[in-house]
Amino acid sequence: MESTDRLLAAMTAAVVEGDRAAAEALAAKALADALDLHEVIERGFIPGIQKVGELWESGEYFLPELISGAECMKAAMAVLKPAFAAALTEAFRRGKVVIGTIEGDIHDIGKNLVASMLSANGFDVLDLGADVKLARFIEAAEGMGADLICLSALLTTTMLNQRRLIELLKERGLRGRFKVLVGGAPVSRKWAADIGADGYGENALAAVKLAVELGPKRRLA
Amino acid sequence: MIRTLRPKAELLSRPFVEKIIDEAFLLLGRHGVFVENAEARALFKEAGMPTDETSLKVLINRKLIEDSLEATPLTVRLYDRAGEKEYVVGHDEVHFDPGSAAVKILDHATQQERPPLTADLVRLARLTESCENFHFQSTALIASDVPEIIADSYRLFIGLQFCSKPIVTGLFRTAGFRPMFEMLAAVCGGAEELRRKPLAIFDACPSPPLKWSHLTAQSLIDCARAGIPSELISMGLTGATSLVTLAGTLVQHVAENLAGLVICQLARRGAPVIFGGSPAGFDMRKGTTPMGAIETMMIDMAYAQIGKYLKLPTHAYMGLSDAKINDSQAGLETGMGAVLAALAGINVVSGAGMMDFESTQSLEKLLIDNEICGMAYRLIGGIAQRDEPLALRLFEGLGPESQFLTLPHTRKWYRVEHMFPALADRDTYEAWVGQGRTSMAERAHDRLERILGETSPNLVESALQKELQAIMRNDARDGGTDVLPGLPIG
Repeated sequence: MESTDRLLAAMTAAVVEGDRAAAEALAAKALADALDLHEVIERGFIPGIQKVGELWESGEYFLPELISGAECMKAAMAVLKPAFAAALTEAFRRGKVVIGTIEGDIHDIGKNLVASMLSANGFDVLDLGADVKLARFIEAAEGMGADLICLSALLTTTMLNQRRLIELLKERGLRGRFKVLVGGAPVSRKWAADIGADGYGENALAAVKLAVELGPKRRLA
Repeated sequence: MIRTLRPKAELLSRPFVEKIIDEAFLLLGRHGVFVENAEARALFKEAGMPTDETSLKVLINRKLIEDSLEATPLTVRLYDRAGEKEYVVGHDEVHFDPGSAAVKILDHATQQERPPLTADLVRLARLTESCENFHFQSTALIASDVPEIIADSYRLFIGLQFCSKPIVTGLFRTAGFRPMFEMLAAVCGGAEELRRKPLAIFDACPSPPLKWSHLTAQSLIDCARAGIPSELISMGLTGATSLVTLAGTLVQHVAENLAGLVICQLARRGAPVIFGGSPAGFDMRKGTTPMGAIETMMIDMAYAQIGKYLKLPTHAYMGLSDAKINDSQAGLETGMGAVLAALAGINVVSGAGMMDFESTQSLEKLLIDNEICGMAYRLIGGIAQRDEPLALRLFEGLGPESQFLTLPHTRKWYRVEHMFPALADRDTYEAWVGQGRTSMAERAHDRLERILGETSPNLVESALQKELQAIMRNDARDGGTDVLPGLPIG
């Protein structure tokens, strides 16, 4: 099926080039042509986001290309998802994540990058936005049955709330239920260790790797 | 005698300045600004601005902005602890101060960053007191041995006791204003004295793009009412939280600052406001916010030029570096920033001692930067006409073999015309080897140990000290803690 191969290659290219309109159109065409959606995801779009990650790590791609790639991936998945929700879940879902910028802080660029990359890499992401109350994180995580809670903070002052969330989880006897990842400009590996978080990602890609490591060990189909 | 030219640098043409301001006005009028603080929104509503209680968006029209600009003082006057020395913040006056709110300190012995302690904050305040080129101090470190709930007020508590200079500070919580105000009023001798002779500037940072958080807007309102100058610190990151073009970022910067300025004037007409910022040319490779990038400095110089055009006092985060140790990068970025800020005539220049993206203070760098700031001051001092004629008369009677070392004229002027660095190396190679082949950072470390060892702290008198301690203890108790680190106070 040469034409299918060409389409799959075009899907990969659309993500690598950050062409969102093309990614969405190709996803729609896959539905219209009744292609094997498992193959569309595994051989079409996923190699694209993988390539984007490689190019970023080798220093060729910078953040605008990285994030555009992730956004393309998300857009294509959004097109495919309704038609293929169940199978998609099996093939592509790596874990459930609740993410947000912590109480008192309305900065959300770093959090948005991480949310975008997690979502592009197969996580089911519930983004609570910025200035999220501590209790809201826990309610949302319980509500969706999250595996991971990701906490962002840009200010040295609001960073302190990361510690409080972990304390609150302990108080409610829920600390074991969720892995807690922390990030943000003032946050460090040492801080993460001090407050008893499960991990710290220094950038969006590191956060994804960490989430894959710490997330539920589901085998990808 | 010919008047000395004050050297100046400007990056924008007048039409470009006007275009940026015009677009900022349009942006505030059409797109508006997100105001999280209900009291601030109520002020806008009272002033007749369309406010949306669901999206928390406020549209600000041109007339209100122009009216607020009209109400804002051209200069701010700050006073030292004794209320005696006056500093004019405005026109082309330049005042350097240490970069504030570092969460780490570079430990000279280990050359590693570590969490700062109260003892470090005390040392920093005392060194700032000794540095003649820092006119102001700042609450430069967040001590890690202090309960987090009182991290903001405690920095002020230390700074006020150990350094007599005016202080640049800020809030981490709305409840922090009361104890901090009380401490400042205690030092000044009452709330009215504080209003008449302000001792502190409070920084307030909008969140890019175009958002004023609950805390920062409350800080503007509380300071305006107390007569404490607010420094507006817009901080767009090019291509991340503001447009990637420098001019596009400037439009947003001006709009965010103007929205803050309007809040101040609505809270109390005539409130002192400083047009500042801490933007950065965002690094698209590393996702970091380099303060030493040339584009960062260009944005700073340009918005300061716009601030001056709007007849406002100005501020910038310049004269700092992203280096992790006191290396060439630390010196070159700090040196360029301080010199450019001085040439731009920026009134408050925060950054000395700071490295690693505004996160880390180095006491050694603080002393090196004091010397850099001295060079910047010398530069803007310009070249003066000291004699009439300049040279001709002094050549009369001089033979071909004459030298100038013994001229009374030389002795009269050499210390005025030239500055003598304490830390920069001007030794011959042999002399430098003989003195142990030291780096500038090593010499700075020796010097700081000497300063701290040989001088005694310039403390407040003991009655005031007790009053400050009582305020601090009350604040700590309200925050649910009784633990305060011991202070090396005699």
